[in-house]
Amino acid sequence: MNRIIKYVILDIVKNKMVIAYTILLAILCFSAFSLEDSSTKGVLTVQSIILLTVPLVSIIFATIYLYNSNEFIELLLSQPVQRRKIWVSLFIGLAMSLLAAFLLAAGVPLFLYAPLNLALVMIMIGSLITVIFVALACLCAMLTRDKAKGIGLAILIWLFFALLFDGLLLFFLVQFSDYPIEKPLIFMASLSPIDLSRILMQLHMDVSAMMGYTGAIFKNFFGNVTGFVIALLLLILWIVVPFWISLRKFIRKDL
Amino acid sequence: MIEIKDISKNFGKLWALKNVNLSCNKGECIALIGPNGCGKTTLIKSILGMVVPTSGKIFFNGEDIANNFLYRNNIGYMPQIGRYPENMTIGHIVKMIKQIRNSDKALDEDLLNEFDLPSLYEKRMRTLSGGTTQKVSATLAFLFNPDVLILDEPTAGLDPLASEILKEKIIKEKEKGKLILITSHLLSELDDLVTEIIFIQEGNVEFHKTKGMLMEHTGEHKIAKAIANVLKGGAGEQNN
Repeated sequence: MNRIIKYVILDIVKNKMVIAYTILLAILCFSAFSLEDSSTKGVLTVQSIILLTVPLVSIIFATIYLYNSNEFIELLLSQPVQRRKIWVSLFIGLAMSLLAAFLLAAGVPLFLYAPLNLALVMIMIGSLITVIFVALACLCAMLTRDKAKGIGLAILIWLFFALLFDGLLLFFLVQFSDYPIEKPLIFMASLSPIDLSRILMQLHMDVSAMMGYTGAIFKNFFGNVTGFVIALLLLILWIVVPFWISLRKFIRKDL
Repeated sequence: MIEIKDISKNFGKLWALKNVNLSCNKGECIALIGPNGCGKTTLIKSILGMVVPTSGKIFFNGEDIANNFLYRNNIGYMPQIGRYPENMTIGHIVKMIKQIRNSDKALDEDLLNEFDLPSLYEKRMRTLSGGTTQKVSATLAFLFNPDVLILDEPTAGLDPLASEILKEKIIKEKEKGKLILITSHLLSELDDLVTEIIFIQEGNVEFHKTKGMLMEHTGEHKIAKAIANVLKGGAGEQNN
């Protein structure tokens, strides 16, 4: 397994996209902290970078990479290598290289400028988001054979979670504002990895007061240790489930 | 060595293989012949586990190949169209496959040297011509001294010199008692290679005969003519 992961990572590093992503992300994060006058504002900017740019790049890059690895997969399949191993290696290789890029580009400025515990939470959530969207990319690549469709699907997934889901949530909130919807709201928020991450980060940022009544509910629910652990488990589920489905499909795929 | 039991495969409505039963043994050199799209490549890919049959089982040395991968240690496969990671050089590919196989068997580098590939080691796969890619595929298939060689259109795209080298290599391996499966449309090339012939049409195995039996049946001396004879007559029996 290690040998294949090594080849995948070497190949990704040679492909300069990840390096460009690291540099871009580093510039964005450093400028966020040096342009804003207080570190809290900087952290907020970095938060939206983590919630928008990181998933976008992760899912698009991973999807394209997986489609381009078709030849590599075909070559390995005629060798004595387990199918499961090929797919898991591709996933780990992709996740590791994108994680390294994220840790380097966003981790360093966060540690330098943000309070330590906040930096830790943000780095952890950013890492989870990276891996979640690589897992979703695996799913996209397995759902359709056509590269253009696969990439389209990846963009759609990103668009849905990053922008549309919020709108739906808001619509739901306004429509049912007369009812006690706090609990369903918590449930709905956990359906989107990005929203879940946003809530988790903001609870550690002392801006949850800005979220008003629902913020208070979230604080009640996610603020304590149990809530935090549940939210983390949900995020991990967002990695496991899509990847597991894609693995099942890969094992049965005809090449 | 390879037992194929009742395998069928469909791609949507198209049945590429219908209840195929075959058995291939050591020391045989088998030609898979049939019109385009008759299921030859699907059959080969099923043996390799690249295509998962809809039903039926394949046994390699008595072991079911489903969910098994170690048996591929004994197979060298040369695809019809070799597709390789574009950014890797020939040298990288050869090195990577060596590492993945990690075999302690002696390597068979005859073809590597005869095709003079080491001088092209720095070339990237995407810059290679079709023929050179075929040379790489052939080299990789023979490199690990496998007991079974599966060659899908081995000489298509090779220049006469290279295809002669490859043919000699195939004959050499056949004499070592290996099982060799070849698909080809160049029937004239198969004359001095094969011992058995499997004819497939629309996913069915029409016949599986030794070369001698086929020749006797049709009264021809060349495979090409014998096959033509079979095709024309529906079956050779009526003609003779």
